[in-house]
Amino acid sequence: MIGNLSHDKMNMAEADPATRPIEGYVHRAPTVTVSRRDTTAATITTAASSATATPAAPPAAIVDADHIYYRELNAAIAGLVADGVRDITLRRVNGQRYLGNGLTSPDLRLRIEGVPGQDLGMFLGGAAIEVYGNAQDGVGNTMEAGHIHVHGSAGDVVGYGMRGGEVFIRGDVGYRVGIHMKQYQSRVPTIIIGGKARDFFGEYMAGGRMILLDVASQLSGDALGMYVGTGMHGGEIYARCPVNPAQCGREVGLTPATDDQMAELTPLISRFCTVFGLDADRALAGQFTRIAPVSSRPYGNLYVNL
Amino acid sequence: MIDYIQPEFHVDIDYDKCHKCGRCQGQCGWGVYSFVGRPLPDDAKCRACHRCVTFCPAHCITIKRSDLAYRENPNWPVAARKAVWRQGASGGVLLSSMGSDRPRTSLFDALALDACQVTNPSIDPLREPMETRTTLGKRPQVFGDEPPKEWAGRMTLATPILFAPMSFGSVSLNVHKALALAARELGIYMNTGEGGLHPDLYPLADNVIVQVASGRFGVTPEYLGRGAAIEIKVGQGAKPGIGGHLPGEKINAEVSTTRMIPQGTDAISPAPHHDIYSIEDLRQLIYSLKEASGYKPVGVKIAAVHNVGAIASGVVRAGADYVYLDGMNGGTGAAPAVIRDHVGIPVELALAVVDQRLRDENIRNQASIIVAGSIRSSADLAKALALGADAVALGSAALLALGCHLCQGCHTGSCSWGLTTQKPELTRRLDPEEGAQRLVNLVGAWTHELQEILGALGVNAVESLRGSRDRLRAIGLDAQTCDILGVAPAGR
Repeated sequence: MIGNLSHDKMNMAEADPATRPIEGYVHRAPTVTVSRRDTTAATITTAASSATATPAAPPAAIVDADHIYYRELNAAIAGLVADGVRDITLRRVNGQRYLGNGLTSPDLRLRIEGVPGQDLGMFLGGAAIEVYGNAQDGVGNTMEAGHIHVHGSAGDVVGYGMRGGEVFIRGDVGYRVGIHMKQYQSRVPTIIIGGKARDFFGEYMAGGRMILLDVASQLSGDALGMYVGTGMHGGEIYARCPVNPAQCGREVGLTPATDDQMAELTPLISRFCTVFGLDADRALAGQFTRIAPVSSRPYGNLYVNL
Repeated sequence: MIDYIQPEFHVDIDYDKCHKCGRCQGQCGWGVYSFVGRPLPDDAKCRACHRCVTFCPAHCITIKRSDLAYRENPNWPVAARKAVWRQGASGGVLLSSMGSDRPRTSLFDALALDACQVTNPSIDPLREPMETRTTLGKRPQVFGDEPPKEWAGRMTLATPILFAPMSFGSVSLNVHKALALAARELGIYMNTGEGGLHPDLYPLADNVIVQVASGRFGVTPEYLGRGAAIEIKVGQGAKPGIGGHLPGEKINAEVSTTRMIPQGTDAISPAPHHDIYSIEDLRQLIYSLKEASGYKPVGVKIAAVHNVGAIASGVVRAGADYVYLDGMNGGTGAAPAVIRDHVGIPVELALAVVDQRLRDENIRNQASIIVAGSIRSSADLAKALALGADAVALGSAALLALGCHLCQGCHTGSCSWGLTTQKPELTRRLDPEEGAQRLVNLVGAWTHELQEILGALGVNAVESLRGSRDRLRAIGLDAQTCDILGVAPAGR
């Protein structure tokens, strides 16, 4: 159900310029349909060996995002989460920013149909976000935990400063992906890219793991751009493509992935392929190059104290 | 290699008075003293921090400037010669800390405040109410209008002073605790800097601004939710345009938990935020932070640089609730000396330019202005307010109140006063509650002095002084500087 757009646009013109939505969107609570999923949910509960009476299946919700500004969409998500809904589908998403921003519910599934805008799942502290479409810049920016799977390509700065969780992008990504990823204790973030990546892949990387597969690209040319791992001082990058040292920063060294390393990567890559329906055998075939820092203190000798 | 550099200070001990108690050796964080029947100082290690002097029960230690003569050459100051020797020996970038020690005239010192005489009465703040309360954030466009709900300034300060961002890591946890305790007591705010928020400060978080810098250290949804406001650090007055390297040696277990990086690794903050390459990107981060935090105030800290007027205008249009201007005399826990001493502009000029620019563009109401770098007294505070600031932030002054003697050794991690170090035997030297009391005393004293100044000016609220440049006169400044400051020369 779509509201009277012309009426909403009139309200928009009167609204304060600093808070009114970008042209094309309106401030209006979205239409939300909450349903109790019976069959599937009940099956899952039974499978989880609950012997007593089947508890009420968790409700699922469908949110119509058409023309709705991001604030109302995120408010609707927050309201549904507060009501105990753990399965939310956003339909007809078209460029709304900050979706799923700062969510912290580990058992929440957020499906997005369409193309979400910038900073999808930024500051994510837990939730599984599945995007059926492409994504824009800043996917999983400064992310803490959770999953983001994009069944398409994504833009720049995917996983900037990411400290935990996983980001899977089926297709290609833009520039500065995985910049300053870091890890802490049990939190080791993972980014897997099915296609190609542009320049500055893993710049300043301080921890975590990135894998570039180049099996589902729509682009021609090199799988990796220039300045790979510049300033890198932690973590590791695996690329299933030839890597020229001239493409990389001085702070990294290149080695062919060993059998032990491949044994660690195989379950991750297989799961990635399962999520996106890709051929795992093909993704695992071929030589992987490991790109890792030669020092954890690249600038340790740069300074002299006054 | 022979070290060409001779000691800058001479540790003079009057052994006739010396108790031979060895306290000087125990107090010195720099390892100046050995003890063979009596304290034997190594002058080369002394930074003149006066820790030993302060704690010597016999008052027998005097730190003197070395009498060593160098052939005079005004074009080659001794400091410049020493820098060349040091770099010839090491090949390193010269690293220093605190504010620049170059001789530079403060423009605050060249400004004089007005007072009432005969034709309008001054006010005695001891007998009449004098409002110093300050609200930071957006204001209505037209006087008397109700501000839109989310525009309401939600940061209220009892006095127009904040504590400047200093990260846990660059300073000790006890310093953070002292700042937070004092902020609560005073009804103002401290700022985490970019090192995250330690759990010990959670109960005080209503008086804490949490910072988000390019390294995103310790930034989690929980962290954003705890603070009273969020600050995006774009630049720092002491080191505009460059990032930060907290060396691995300073990343101990505690610092590691709040920064959320492994112990012993370098904490490298990239020079820019890699998701901010434009004003549009900045707007995106501001609103992303607002979405993630339930619409808390979001400020942006920038260094005062040449084109600061246009930059600040962009920052305000991007949606910042306040702009924090940090001038080139601001302090730092560590910065390359060449950047600290030669990059940026003084905050007095930046403030005047930004305030005027925002007024000219009719957007001054959309954000508050905080200035820092360096505010050394209530006179600087009052002059900054008159030039257009909403509040000032104290970094170096706060550390001085806690015992800092400006020895410029923060980057070494061996601060004898226990402030800019993580060594437990040193950090325990600061009692957070006693430190908080000193900070409360300092800010309280400046507030009283500010009230005296307001009374002399014949106004009874800081709001009435804010942006009143006609209450300032310049002494000895050239016409162009007066023009930029928007201040008439004294006598006009």
